[in-house]
Amino acid sequence: MAPVHGLLSAAVDTYAAHQALLGPLPGLHAEDLRRRIADSGLTGRGGAGFPAARKLAAVAERGGGVVVANGAEGEPASSKDRTLLMAAPHLVLDGLALAARAVGAKSAYLYAPDDVLAASIEPALKQRRDRIKVIPLASADTFISGQETAVVAAIHGLRAVPMQTPPPMYVKGVRGKPTLVQNVETLAQIALIARYGAGWFRDHGTADEPGSRLLTISGSVQAPDVYEVPGGTTLGDALSWAGGASEPLQAVLVGGYHGRWIPWTSATTGLALSKAALAPYDAGPGAGVIIALPQRRCGLEAAASIATYLAGQNAGQCGPCRNGLPTIADHLNDLARGRNAVKAHNEALRLIGSVDGRGACHHPGGSARMVRSALGTFRQEVELHVKGKCTGQHGPGRATA
Amino acid sequence: MNTRLLIDWTRCEARGLCIELVPEVLTADDWGYPLSRHGDVTLPIPAPAIRYAEEAVRECPRLALRLIED
Ligand SMILES: Cc1cc2nc3c(=O)[nH]c(=O)nc-3n(C[C@H](O)[C@H](O)[C@H](O)COP(=O)(O)O)c2cc1C
Ligand code: SF4
Ligand code: SF4
Repeated sequence: MAPVHGLLSAAVDTYAAHQALLGPLPGLHAEDLRRRIADSGLTGRGGAGFPAARKLAAVAERGGGVVVANGAEGEPASSKDRTLLMAAPHLVLDGLALAARAVGAKSAYLYAPDDVLAASIEPALKQRRDRIKVIPLASADTFISGQETAVVAAIHGLRAVPMQTPPPMYVKGVRGKPTLVQNVETLAQIALIARYGAGWFRDHGTADEPGSRLLTISGSVQAPDVYEVPGGTTLGDALSWAGGASEPLQAVLVGGYHGRWIPWTSATTGLALSKAALAPYDAGPGAGVIIALPQRRCGLEAAASIATYLAGQNAGQCGPCRNGLPTIADHLNDLARGRNAVKAHNEALRLIGSVDGRGACHHPGGSARMVRSALGTFRQEVELHVKGKCTGQHGPGRATA
Repeated sequence: MNTRLLIDWTRCEARGLCIELVPEVLTADDWGYPLSRHGDVTLPIPAPAIRYAEEAVRECPRLALRLIED
């Protein structure tokens, strides 16, 4: 049986067709499975890019755990998990069953928006007879509902908001048991790696970003959509997959709403979507979100509208996040509209420095660093706004969403 | 080995007791919540301040504080 070329070429609607295309689940033992995943170099596709094998090992070591497939995808600019769950539910469910085997888990959950569960996951589960019973659970439509401790809270029947750690999830998660929360794309990759091997996986992508990855490309491109690209693809090539820019660009937001603004120049189009290449920009591939910002739009205004959204998505639990993020967003909005611009800029910078690490989850730091990167990448715009000018088509005071 | 003060931000309500007890490590942010005075968010506690930090752990009205060793 010839290997498929990647996640999205394994898209079929019935379990019979899925098995005909990919063959049955390989009968690897837990240890062999974990070794294969370690050799592949697979990293998490949910945002942080942590090596999958290390998380598996930590839960396997303790035994009797719980595995959770995370398909919440609270990020508004991302739709790759939805695309994958709708197109290839059996690939994700294979990955979940394999991860459960690899860590010796006793229960498994699939956490995703209710319409995705109804349209794809529940029908798929009816066609399968997995050794482990998979419990589907609807995720809330909020930015933070997919943060891993919020996922555990949801499984406990509580509101899906983050909980304070330590202890880490691999020690104490669902019902106090060692818990593995893995993004659905990471699990789908495990389903292919288990079948075709680490070498097959490494044939795609680069040495430091092996395998393929899903990107959601939006903004000013010809064909905004989800694309599966080789790891380490350059920013320029990534945009070419989406048909190229639809008008002159000034910057791209890499990594989604918690990502970083990178200026669009002949030099940055050659940057690889890898942790190493993006490190000078304090950026990373994240969950594979790229938003192309056109030249005609004011970058400060674009960042301010995202900051306002993020501020409204704080779970209201932690003082520095609840107070800090809305205030940072207010200052950025003032700066974007040219109101008290010098003070707004200084105050925004001061607060950005103070919220990082002061909450139960990474929402304050992720949000603040997106704003900081905007102030750096759009610094010419900052200078103009201080003088009451703006290069955006609308100018200060006429900002549009 | 470092002793660090861990704040459960979902519990803390900015009553400020810890800031009074361990001023060499903590100051107040614009809303009265504890903020690292020297910028290190992992809040290492220097040896002479440990007994005051322990007192803060005991006295925090929201039971939001813990000391950890790493
Ligand atoms: C605010 C916030 C929101 C998150 N939302 C998601 C999400 O929707 N889906 C997801 O897989 N991971 C999300 N994460 C990351 C998870 O906490 C966790 O790291 C991830 O599910 C682990 O899977 P991976 O190692 O396969 O990437 C979020 C993290 C934060 C801080
Ligand atoms: S840091 Fe913010 S988003 Fe995260 S749990 Fe606390 S209040 Fe909620
Ligand atoms: S004493 Fe407790 S409630 Fe008061 S500021 Fe410190 S951590 Fe927060």
